[in-house]
Amino acid sequence: MATAVITPERENYLNQEYGIRSWLLTVDHKRIALLYLISITFFFFIGGFFALLIRLELLTPAGDLVQADTYNKLFTMHGQVMVFFFLIPSIPAVLGNFLVPLMIGAKDLAFPRINLLSWYLYIIAGIMMLHCIVTGGVDTGWTFYTPFSTAFSNTKVIEAGLSIFVAGFSSILTGLNFVVTIHRMRAPGMTWSRLPLFIWAHYATSIIQLLGTPVLAVTLVLVVCERVFHLGIFDPTRGGDPLLFQHLFWFYSHPAVYIMILPAMGVVAEIVPCFSRKRIFGYKAIALSSIAIAVFGFLVWAHHMFVAGISLYSALIFSALSYLVAVPSAIKVFNWTATMYKGSITFSTPMLYAFGFIGLFTMGGLTGLFLAALGIDVHVTDTYFVIAHFHYIMVGGAVMGYLGGMHYWWPKISGRLYPEWLGKFAALIVFLGFNLTFFPQFILGYMGMPRRYWQYPPEFQVLNVLSTAGSTILAVGYVLPMVYFLWSMRYGKLADDNPWGAAGLEWQTTSPPPTFNFDHEPEVTWEAYNYDQIPAPAEEVAVER
Amino acid sequence: MSDSPIAMEHGQHGPELRHHFATAEQQRDAASLGMWLFLGTEIMFFGGMFCAYLIYRLWYFNEFAAGSRSLDIRLGTINTIVLICSSLTVALGVRAAQMGKRKLLVILLILTLIFGLAFLGIKGVEWYAKYKEHHIPGPSFDASDLVRDYPQIHIDQSHEQIYFSLYFAMTGLHALHMIIGVGIFAYLLYHAAKGRYTPEYYTPIEMGGLYWHFVDVVWIYLFPLLYLIDRKPLG
Repeated sequence: MATAVITPERENYLNQEYGIRSWLLTVDHKRIALLYLISITFFFFIGGFFALLIRLELLTPAGDLVQADTYNKLFTMHGQVMVFFFLIPSIPAVLGNFLVPLMIGAKDLAFPRINLLSWYLYIIAGIMMLHCIVTGGVDTGWTFYTPFSTAFSNTKVIEAGLSIFVAGFSSILTGLNFVVTIHRMRAPGMTWSRLPLFIWAHYATSIIQLLGTPVLAVTLVLVVCERVFHLGIFDPTRGGDPLLFQHLFWFYSHPAVYIMILPAMGVVAEIVPCFSRKRIFGYKAIALSSIAIAVFGFLVWAHHMFVAGISLYSALIFSALSYLVAVPSAIKVFNWTATMYKGSITFSTPMLYAFGFIGLFTMGGLTGLFLAALGIDVHVTDTYFVIAHFHYIMVGGAVMGYLGGMHYWWPKISGRLYPEWLGKFAALIVFLGFNLTFFPQFILGYMGMPRRYWQYPPEFQVLNVLSTAGSTILAVGYVLPMVYFLWSMRYGKLADDNPWGAAGLEWQTTSPPPTFNFDHEPEVTWEAYNYDQIPAPAEEVAVER
Repeated sequence: MSDSPIAMEHGQHGPELRHHFATAEQQRDAASLGMWLFLGTEIMFFGGMFCAYLIYRLWYFNEFAAGSRSLDIRLGTINTIVLICSSLTVALGVRAAQMGKRKLLVILLILTLIFGLAFLGIKGVEWYAKYKEHHIPGPSFDASDLVRDYPQIHIDQSHEQIYFSLYFAMTGLHALHMIIGVGIFAYLLYHAAKGRYTPEYYTPIEMGGLYWHFVDVVWIYLFPLLYLIDRKPLG
C-alpha cells in the first residue's frame, strides 16, 4: 500500500487499529460486516463445490460418479449450506450490517456487542456444520422431513439440526438489531418517508427473521429430541403427525425465501435510480410492498404441501393466498422499470446485475404462479421445474442482487475501485452461465425428470449436459469478482467519496468511512433519491493515485 | 457536537452511556424495544410447541386428560404461587432500583432467586416422580398404570406418550428459561450489591425483570394446559 499513498491516509475504520484482536473483538458494524463477508464467501464456495459435484454426477444418465447415498448427502449439504450459511446471512449480514447505520446517519447499530455475538454464533454454527460434513454429512434433504429424519436416517441429523438451530439465533439477533436501530437511531430529519428503500427492505426482512426463525428453532429442537429420546411427536407409527412437522417447518422456511429476496430487492431499488439518474418511481408503493411481502409471506406456507395430504379446502385457500404474493412483487418490478423510463441510463456493472435481477426474478416469480396453481403443481411437484423455479429466485434473484450490491458499495467498503471492464465481463458471464444452467431444468421438469435422483433415463441427457456446462461457466463468473475485489484492495484506483454521484447518506461520508461513520452528525432535509439535485459524475470517476 | 466522537467518549456523559447513543433516553428506549422484540421471538419459540399441543389435545383428548390427572396438582399449584410471588418481588425490585433504594433492591433480588430456585426444586421433585412411574417418554415408557386406573376411557399407550413428550418438552423448555433467569438475576444481584444501579441507570434491572415476567407468564399458560385438562370425576 505504501506506493499508493502520497498524502497521509485519512483515518478510517480499516486503518484505525491493526492486529487480529482488533478484528475479532471489534464492535464496529463495518468491521463485523467484513468478518461476515469473509465467512459467507467461504461457505458460498463450499456450497458451490457440492453443486458442481451434483452437476458432474448428472452429466451422464448412469449413477457413475457417486453412489445414491452419497448423492443424497450432496444435495442435502448443498441446500443446507447455501440456505442457512450463505443466502440468509448474505445481504443482511454483510451489506445490511455495513449500510444500515450509514444510511440512516447513525454511529453504529443499536447493540454493537450483540452484533458481534451474532457473528460468533454464526461461526460456531458453521464449525458444527463443517464437522458434520467431514464426519459423514446428512442425507435427509435440507428440509429434514420426518419420519425419515427422526426414525430412519442414520446420518448426522442431530448435529446438522443443532448447527442450524444456532445459526438461527445468529439470524434473529441480526434482525433484532436492525429493527431497533431503524426505530431508534435515525439521524435528525431522517423520517420514515425519507428512508432509503434498502432500509425498508431490511426492516421487512428483520420482521420475518424475528417471527419466523424461532418456529424453525423449536421444530429442530423437537426433531433432535425425537431422535435422542424417541418421543414420537412426528412419528406416525406412534400417533404422531409428519404433516405437523411440515407445517411448522414451512411456516419458517417459506418466509425464509423472502428473507433471501427482500434485501436483494432493496439493493436493486438503490442501484436503479442511481444509474438512471432519476428519482425512484412510486417510493411509497415500493416501501409498503416490502412490508406486504413480509406479511403475505407468512400466509402461504402450505403451498409446499399440496401433494402431502392436506385437505383440498386448505389447499385451495393456500393456493389463492400464494397468488396474492405476486401483487407486491409485481408492484416492485413495474416501479423499477418505470424509474428507468426516460432516465439517463449507464450500463455500469451494478446496473447490469440489477437488469439481471429484474429479468430473472420476473421469470422465477411467474413460474412461481404456475406452482401456486393446484393442477399444475400436482404435475410438476418434486421435478426439476421446482428446482429451476427456486434457483431463478435465489440464485438469479438473491445472488444477483448480492453481487450487484457488492459492486455498487465496494468503493465505499474498500475505498478502491474494481476494474470496470472486468466487472461487466463477469456480470455477463454470470448471466449467461446462470441461464444455461437453469433454463434447461424448466424443460426437464416439465418433461417429468424428478429431483433428488442420481440417475435418469437417457432421453434427458442433452438438457442435463447443457445444465452442467452452464454450471461451470457460472462458477467462473463467481470466482472472477472475488479475484478482482481482492486485487483492487491493493492495486485498485482510489475511490472518491461518491464515485457514482449517488444519493444517500452513506455517500456523504468518506470512502472508507471513519469508525463512527460521520465527522458531524448528519441532518437530513431532503427526500430520498433526489437525483434531480445531484450532478452526474464526470466520465472519469476515479481519483488518479 | 464535538468534531471527534472519540474525544467525547466518557467525557460529556455518564459512565453507563455508550458513545454511539446521543442521549441516555435513546439508549434506554433502544434497550426496551430490543427486549420486547426478543420476547416476541420467545412467544413464537414457545408457539410451535403450543401449536403441537393444540392439535394432539384435540385428537387424543382421553390420553391427555388421563396424563393430566397423573400430575401432582398440589405441587403444580404451589409452584404457580411461588412464581407469582417471584414476579411480585421482581416488580418491587424494579421500583426499588428506580427509587435508588439499594439495600431493598438487594433483598428483593435475593428473594426472587430463592423463589426461582424453589420452583426448579419442586419441578425436579415432580419430574423424579414421573421417572419412578415410567412416564418418561422413550423405550421404557409404560402407561399401563393409567390404563388400569381409568377403565372407563380408552387409552392408547403411544398416544399417552405424546402427552408426556409434550409435557416434558414444554416444562423442560420453561425450566431452561428459569435456569437462564436465575443466572441473569445472580448477575444483577452481584452488580446491585456493588451499587452499580442508580435512579439514572437501572436498565438491566428493568430488562431482567421483563424477561422474568415473561417466563412467569408462560407458566401461567402451561399450568392450566398441562395440569387442569379435565379434573372432574370420570363418569
